[in-house]
Amino acid sequence: MSALPTQIGALAQRSILRTARQPASAIPPLIFPVALLLMNSGGLKASTELPGFPTDSFLAFALAVPFIQGALFSTMNAGTDLARDIQTGFFSRLSLTPVRGSALLAGQITGIVVLGVLQAVFYISVGLLLGVRFAAGPAGIALLIVYAALVAVGFGALGSFLALRTGSGESIQGLFPVLFVFLFISSMNTPRSLIAVDWFRFLASANPVSYLIECVRSLIITGWDARALALGFGFATLLAIVSLVAASWALGRRLERT
Amino acid sequence: MPRDNSIVVEQLVREFKKGPRAVDGIDLYVAPGEIYGFLGPNGAGKSTTVLMLTTLLPPTAGTARVGGYDVRKEGPKVRSVIGAALQEAALDPLLTGRDHLKLQTMLQAIPRAERKPRQNELLDRVGLTDAAGRKVGGYSGGMKRRLDLALALVHRPSILFLDEPTTGLDPQSRTALWAEVARLAREDNVTVFLTTQYLEEADVLADRVGIIDHGKIVAEGTPTALKEEIGRPSVHVIPCREEDRPRILSLLTRFGEKLGDDRDLAVRLRDGVGMVDVIRAMDADGVVVDDVELRAPTLDDVFLAKTGRTLEGAATGQDGAPVR
Repeated sequence: MSALPTQIGALAQRSILRTARQPASAIPPLIFPVALLLMNSGGLKASTELPGFPTDSFLAFALAVPFIQGALFSTMNAGTDLARDIQTGFFSRLSLTPVRGSALLAGQITGIVVLGVLQAVFYISVGLLLGVRFAAGPAGIALLIVYAALVAVGFGALGSFLALRTGSGESIQGLFPVLFVFLFISSMNTPRSLIAVDWFRFLASANPVSYLIECVRSLIITGWDARALALGFGFATLLAIVSLVAASWALGRRLERT
Repeated sequence: MPRDNSIVVEQLVREFKKGPRAVDGIDLYVAPGEIYGFLGPNGAGKSTTVLMLTTLLPPTAGTARVGGYDVRKEGPKVRSVIGAALQEAALDPLLTGRDHLKLQTMLQAIPRAERKPRQNELLDRVGLTDAAGRKVGGYSGGMKRRLDLALALVHRPSILFLDEPTTGLDPQSRTALWAEVARLAREDNVTVFLTTQYLEEADVLADRVGIIDHGKIVAEGTPTALKEEIGRPSVHVIPCREEDRPRILSLLTRFGEKLGDDRDLAVRLRDGVGMVDVIRAMDADGVVVDDVELRAPTLDDVFLAKTGRTLEGAATGQDGAPVR
């Protein structure tokens, strides 16, 4: 049996190659979040004048959002790729090799993590080019990249779980808007403390996506905020663990081989 | 000790929830180095059998040993000795032919130093060296099937499963694939388990044929023996004038049992009757025809005799295999 790292490396390489060779799926996670960032930072700039708004740059405030939007796009891409493999029989081809189930999952997710890190570097570069100063400095930027990788593991495993359960790319695409709802009912555009509508503030506070965003935001505009970092890393780790367990279970069900 | 590359199946069953008994207690033996043709219409249970023998689907009951290993208890060992090209070449359209072989050599634990030479050897063998750098999405059906075969051979398996390998291929690609499969069996002593809907394929390629219908094996033997079992040849006539058709049919049925539909002028000859008797009778009656042909029994005749249907007529519905 080949070594696990070789198997994971081979499958991750395929995942990255696939993405690189289909710009139509590689570009949206890069371009759309940045386009939305630019539009929002223009249209919602007046928000910074609210008393208690944590920064005078809406661009710096909103830069956190693309990290999560990009991860959501990656979830969909990862899921649809895996579902397509199931539909076309490529998954069966892989099942006939000595590849371990854990390598199938890890290879897929490693590919997503690599792309997630590249996305994070792109968003950081766009921020720096537009004049955003990262309050946590270079170490904060490095931590942000690590955080992006952790978030990619969580969302990548979630996409894999959905693909393994449904076996249908169309179903994954149908679920995508549901995931985006979590983004919209978060603190993506306004700090939770400044949300005037009670029910919305309640939902945003109950929504883990708010804490994922606020972790990134703290590194950009606050500096080293232990509470925000603990909550962000905590929820990202929890998402990764739950999604990985669910995906492993779904893989076991899908992989009927003896 | 030489590797046991036989396939031994006893009372193998696969039932699906709320579905039919796709495979219903089959027994079969495939000898080392033999090409075994598994023939049957869509939905007969061919693909389900292959999925069980390749460890991708657990049997509901019965036993199967592939390469000496139990498919139920020794899945990884079975997979280490088999290669498989399953229905529809399962390839990634965004990867090149070489990308596929690279991935397969890595997953099959081919030592690093041997990977590139093995890729080149297989690309050369299936005639894809020039197309190796092109994305598979641009390959023809024949090229995809050849790459599929190359991928199945990466780890030098001693048993090869080919599930309808030539479906949808043009005659030239089909013949090339047959030649390669035959070479594998004759020169490399690879045991080949081949499912097909094509009678000609089974006839040309297989040492022995098993015919499956509704999950049960209804006939098994060499193509020649099976056809001899049916025995009698048939005579087929093309009339010169359409108005002679009833007269010719009446004449023909004196010599045997009518075949085909109302439009066909064909009979299966009775024992002791030859083509010469038919021609003499036509001559004596002054019947003029465009053509008279004597046809030896085909595997379709065998299928008809065993199931009451022609293979073509039976080829409706879907296979019981699950969508995976």
